Amino acid sequence: MPRINTTGELETFRQEILSQRDVDKPCITLCSGSACHATGSNKVSTAIEQEIVAQDVTADVSFRRTGCHGFCEQGPIVVIYPQGICYLKVQPDDIAEIISETIKENKVVERLVYVDPNSGEKTTLEEDIPFYKNQERLILGSNLKIDPKNLEDYLAIGGYQALVKSLFEMTPEQIVDEVKEAKLRGRGGAGFPSGVKWDFARKAPGDQKYVVVNCDEGDPGAYMDRSVMEGNPFAVLEGLMIGAYAIGANEGYVYVRQEYPLAVQNLEIAIKKAEEYGFLGENILGSGFNFIVKVHRGAGAFICGEETSLLNSLEGKPGEPNARPPFPAIKGLWGKPTNINNVETWANIPLVINKGAKAFSSIGTDGSKGTKIFSLVGKVNNTGLVEVPMGATLRDIIFKIGGGVPGGKQFKAVQTGGPSGGCLPENLLDTKVDFDELNKAGAMMGSGGMIVMDEDTCLVDIARYFLEFLSDESCGKCTPCREGIRQMLKILTNMTKGLGQKGDVDLLLELAETTKGSSMCALGKTAPNPVLSTLKHFRDEYDAHINHQRCPSLACKELIDFYIEPEKCKGCGACFRKCPADAITGEKKQVHVIDQDKCTKCRGCAEVCPAAFDAVRILSGEPVPTVATEG
Amino acid sequence: MDIGKIDQIIDNYGGESGSLIQILLDIQSDNNWLPKEALDRVSEKLAVPMSRIQHITTFYKTFSLTPKGRHEIHICMGTACHVRGAQDILATVEEVTGVGPGETDPDLQFSVETVSCLGCCALGPVIVVDGEYHGNVVQAETAEVINKLKLVETAETLEKLKSAESPEVVNLCACQ
Repeated sequence: MPRINTTGELETFRQEILSQRDVDKPCITLCSGSACHATGSNKVSTAIEQEIVAQDVTADVSFRRTGCHGFCEQGPIVVIYPQGICYLKVQPDDIAEIISETIKENKVVERLVYVDPNSGEKTTLEEDIPFYKNQERLILGSNLKIDPKNLEDYLAIGGYQALVKSLFEMTPEQIVDEVKEAKLRGRGGAGFPSGVKWDFARKAPGDQKYVVVNCDEGDPGAYMDRSVMEGNPFAVLEGLMIGAYAIGANEGYVYVRQEYPLAVQNLEIAIKKAEEYGFLGENILGSGFNFIVKVHRGAGAFICGEETSLLNSLEGKPGEPNARPPFPAIKGLWGKPTNINNVETWANIPLVINKGAKAFSSIGTDGSKGTKIFSLVGKVNNTGLVEVPMGATLRDIIFKIGGGVPGGKQFKAVQTGGPSGGCLPENLLDTKVDFDELNKAGAMMGSGGMIVMDEDTCLVDIARYFLEFLSDESCGKCTPCREGIRQMLKILTNMTKGLGQKGDVDLLLELAETTKGSSMCALGKTAPNPVLSTLKHFRDEYDAHINHQRCPSLACKELIDFYIEPEKCKGCGACFRKCPADAITGEKKQVHVIDQDKCTKCRGCAEVCPAAFDAVRILSGEPVPTVATEG
Repeated sequence: MDIGKIDQIIDNYGGESGSLIQILLDIQSDNNWLPKEALDRVSEKLAVPMSRIQHITTFYKTFSLTPKGRHEIHICMGTACHVRGAQDILATVEEVTGVGPGETDPDLQFSVETVSCLGCCALGPVIVVDGEYHGNVVQAETAEVINKLKLVETAETLEKLKSAESPEVVNLCACQ
């Protein structure tokens, strides 16, 4: 493809692409995001390619591998257009039937469609599945329409129109004003107004400026940025180019975790294609604007998601934070003014420019505009990525889209905001997803992790889990963070082992206050949040651990015992065979007994005991009854 | 590790000291770990003191200063995996391989690592064995996957010993 030199050439080329595409021609799309990769999408892809040839339909159908569709629990996902028929958990063996039935005969393969886990009702079309129906996919939606390795697909859905508008119809000031007026807030966690941040960098003195994409998505339980980067890197790059033009930068960096190999790969391809077509490089589309982008892989450090640490890492140094001010907008990469935004923020920019600030800000609440992507995971039926307008309630997300908690278990809490966030109980489920509302409730928006917990999850253990994570990830540069987290972790670990003491909670609160108030960067400042929010909403669980050495959720290993109820045990031997520690004794058809000294509490016996007998009980805070054995 | 290969990696980045982390990442992914000779070479070519290289290689999790096993097992410990029982999966991996997180067995068969989040949260608990993702794993399946590798390893070792026709083989056979 020759380089596109003017906007006229771009439009001609776009029309040429569109004229070659027949919207009515059947198209098989296969999700090839990381989760679907894990469930075998590569094998399905090979099967589709082979079967298209074998059934001689090469001319009648096209095939596209796309980025993440979002419904990751049900992968690999195949959607057939133009109808939008959605097949879930597709295996290579299913492909022959899909082609012979759906492509050739226009019939639905019933066994592959979505079945509601609660009602048993079947849904054929993607748009009708409750998981999708209740979302508003302004950002993720394009993932389904394009092959992330194909720039022409991006042009076919209107790609680079926002760039053209920015370069030829707007001044840098107007762009910044538009982003300000749209009230777009940073999607990385803190929710700082993006337009204001851009304005700082634009007004900062200096000829050399930089723009940076933060794709160091380290929050455990969150993978929105990964899916956007894997599924539509073009949109992120387009946003970045617009930002660069607005603040006056000619060089950009994308910092992406090396744990995301597919994101790195797709991004590198997207950059290469953009360079070939002339969207990157010198004199872009004849506008006189020059811009290049480089990719920098992160080497595995959570702290690098913090902007000053990330910039240090970009310079080839250890990712340790600097005190702010000076903010990166004034003194960033190599001491130059730098604007750094999260992947999702950048991906929103083309939308803001195309739709205009007014239309963009018509979605959402007063303080939070647009949509937000969440990774809805944990103990919820429909796990995956969901995109909702700001202002949707947690209840709607978890129950309407997520389908509630599986296995008839009781909902206990939802954790938002990653290790900096908090856990909210059932009575706060009507809280709206909005930067300020979530903060008020004691959690935070964060980057978008939303982990659902049921009655089996111990909240003291969750607080311990996050502190263990943070203690490991604290860079150690400042003492309050390094030591504060470590001491809080010690107390919580003791609690989960039944070694909690009276006064522990007060000590936790004191440590939390110091860590929060005097740490250098956001990692330490927000580290106590998981402890504070669980203490606020689940104080009874702490009391049970400290005062009665009891774990109400029966989760803390050191506080539980496994016991076979003699009157229920039928001596089937299932637990005896399962036990890896030879802790269970008993003859066939006789009552089995667990040797508490040998038991490793692996839960194997409880899992295999037939539901009809239900003889294995988990005890906590009470002695194990002694069972009279022979002899 | 071949010095020529290291030089080539350094040259790919134009010998810029700012690319230190990227260069080390490439060496790590090529060689699986960072031998001292490689670090010496990087230090010399980029004119970066060894103290800084040490700081970098011990700061970032990806780098390993000891050889890794032939099979790498990563267990995701992210929140979504945690609430779905990642701890039990880790216990199983430790039991079957005999090594804990960050360790490699003396025969260099297995290296076990825990990861904060692999970003496959919808499929938790997740383990990655030799680059292959296994989602929604239970303890039994985890043990099965690793035991299979063990069997292959044992068969290969026997095969090697046999083909070498070394005295050990005679001893081995005599024992049996």
